[in-house]
Amino acid sequence: MAAGTGSGSTVSAIFSPVRLWLLLPSWIVIGFFLLLPVLLMLTYSFLTKEFRGGVIWEFSLSAYDQFLFDRGLFGDEPPVIKWTYINIFIRSILQATGATILCLLIGFPTAYFIATRPMQSRTMWLFLITIPYWVNLLIRTVSMKFLIRDTGPLNELFLNIGLIDAPLHVINTNFAVQLGLFYSYLPFMVLPIYASVERYNFAFSEVASDLYASKITILWSIILPVVKPGIIAGSILVFVPSLGAFLAPDLLGGAKTFMIGSLIEDQFKGNAGNWPFGAAASMILLSLVLVVLMFYARAQERDQT
Amino acid sequence: MTNAVSLHGVRKDFGKLTALSDVTLEIEDNEFFTLLGPSGCGKTTLLRMIAGFENTTAGTIHLFGDEIEHLPPNKRPVNTVFQNYALFPHMNVVENIGFSLRMLGWTAAKIQARVDEMVEMVQLGAFVHRKPSQISGGQQQRVALARAMAPRPKVLLLDEPLSALDLKLRQEMRAELKRLQRETGITFIFVTHDQEEALSMSDRIAVISDGKLQQIGTPFEIYEHPNNRFIANFIGETNMLTATVNAVDGLHVACHLAGGERLNALANCQNLVGANGVISLRPERLSVSKTAPTGDILKGVLGERVYLGTDTQFIVKLSGELKLKVRMQNSIFQGAEFKTGDPVFVTIADDAARFLVD
Repeated sequence: MAAGTGSGSTVSAIFSPVRLWLLLPSWIVIGFFLLLPVLLMLTYSFLTKEFRGGVIWEFSLSAYDQFLFDRGLFGDEPPVIKWTYINIFIRSILQATGATILCLLIGFPTAYFIATRPMQSRTMWLFLITIPYWVNLLIRTVSMKFLIRDTGPLNELFLNIGLIDAPLHVINTNFAVQLGLFYSYLPFMVLPIYASVERYNFAFSEVASDLYASKITILWSIILPVVKPGIIAGSILVFVPSLGAFLAPDLLGGAKTFMIGSLIEDQFKGNAGNWPFGAAASMILLSLVLVVLMFYARAQERDQT
Repeated sequence: MTNAVSLHGVRKDFGKLTALSDVTLEIEDNEFFTLLGPSGCGKTTLLRMIAGFENTTAGTIHLFGDEIEHLPPNKRPVNTVFQNYALFPHMNVVENIGFSLRMLGWTAAKIQARVDEMVEMVQLGAFVHRKPSQISGGQQQRVALARAMAPRPKVLLLDEPLSALDLKLRQEMRAELKRLQRETGITFIFVTHDQEEALSMSDRIAVISDGKLQQIGTPFEIYEHPNNRFIANFIGETNMLTATVNAVDGLHVACHLAGGERLNALANCQNLVGANGVISLRPERLSVSKTAPTGDILKGVLGERVYLGTDTQFIVKLSGELKLKVRMQNSIFQGAEFKTGDPVFVTIADDAARFLVD
């Protein structure tokens, strides 16, 4: 079928000038806002740093070298693997994973709930989910800080109703950062899952129940596998920005919760920065994300055959 | 012997709407039983109540003598073939068919053997490792059947399973379903709005309309002895002539039509002289001729003539506004000699006229 329609469009049609002109806007957008910035970063990561920020146009591998190896105080010792930055990357991956799992645990039931409401009220529920996102991310993160600090309203409430004896120390921990990321990106999880649950044919659940499956089994072996594309899409949409986030770790985490986003941000801020190093860290982060997406694409392909 | 399914006084309300009321019927073991009715009549609701997807508002449902109403669907030993099959899209044919067996905790070897048996029974051989999206509608239908029959249900419920197939495949599957029912001995409860399907496959038919049971009987009984106007009209084609009873002899009544013509008919119940109703005349039990034959006849003028391949259909105008549809088989009959406007006689076959009281 596909081959039949494909052979219908001739070579001249593919290269027809009209077609090129019509595609131009998308090429401009992709070129200016995607390819150009990435190429710029790639170039910068191979340049030499200027002491007051900026770059000197001289090829150098020192940014990558600095990221991966320790060569002693004067740079003349044999290279040893440096764990400082690698550890920051590993921590970032763990933090982003934690945030993604939090989003999934809360987001899936939420999306399922909304998708199973009567048609008229679904719009209202979706609207409610998105309302907090009309407020700037910075404000939302600060309000989260206010909410969970030792003398914040949540701790006060739990103390007053006797749920806890001493204030829960959440602020400046890894968990606080995960909470902040969760709050920042929850709709990115809810919306794709909502879209797949809404398309889910509830006759599948009835059939499974007719064929002796319990409710848990229906959720686990029918609903979850069928809405999996939505879950994966939501997880990627939460995981990727969480990995590079800097607001939540800066405001909610302590010194021990430093993440890649903050590391990169620091390189471009003020005069103390190191642009090539920041660019190199960005490129490494980008490669990491691409690897994740490649695994995802591979899995999708396998599913379809 | 206990009946496979007994429904007693079953009622279903959706809010203020009554979908079914006072349904009482007995379905025998090993029977091909059909629930027939127009869409929205409540037949699917009744099926869903037997399967356990809907609660009853009132009444009882027994399965082989056991009360099953309080049981959820996964605890009832009945299985359903759904209208659009609802095959699990992420499982291949084998996994779909074996699903219920895994749920019942069968061993892998037993599941394998049973699935192989089912695959052979519905003739699916080459497709067993494909996903539902990679096989045709007819094959999906077979997978749905095999999946529902794999756990050896006591009763198989089929909700318009053929409606998504094209005509030729539908006709093939009718014979196939009948064969499966005979071979397995499972009681089939088949829901359809297609009277031809119902007549050709069923041992017995229950006709449902407006949430009420209209008649239960063999295809022959339903077609030849309809209880009321609705059934006469819904099952097959018929001519309805308003009539009044002149004389009564048991179930035989002598009537006169609105135009004054006299006609004898068999009634659906005891009647009194003067009762009003309709006379139902099946088109294929009538014939037209140019010369007056003996027996019950009506006089009229030939309207249009439609050639239908196997049959020719005539519209005969009687006195007043009455029109009669007549269908005659072409092999024994040359319709070409009849022309519009010819005066004709309509002969009614013995016992073909049914008087249905209002």
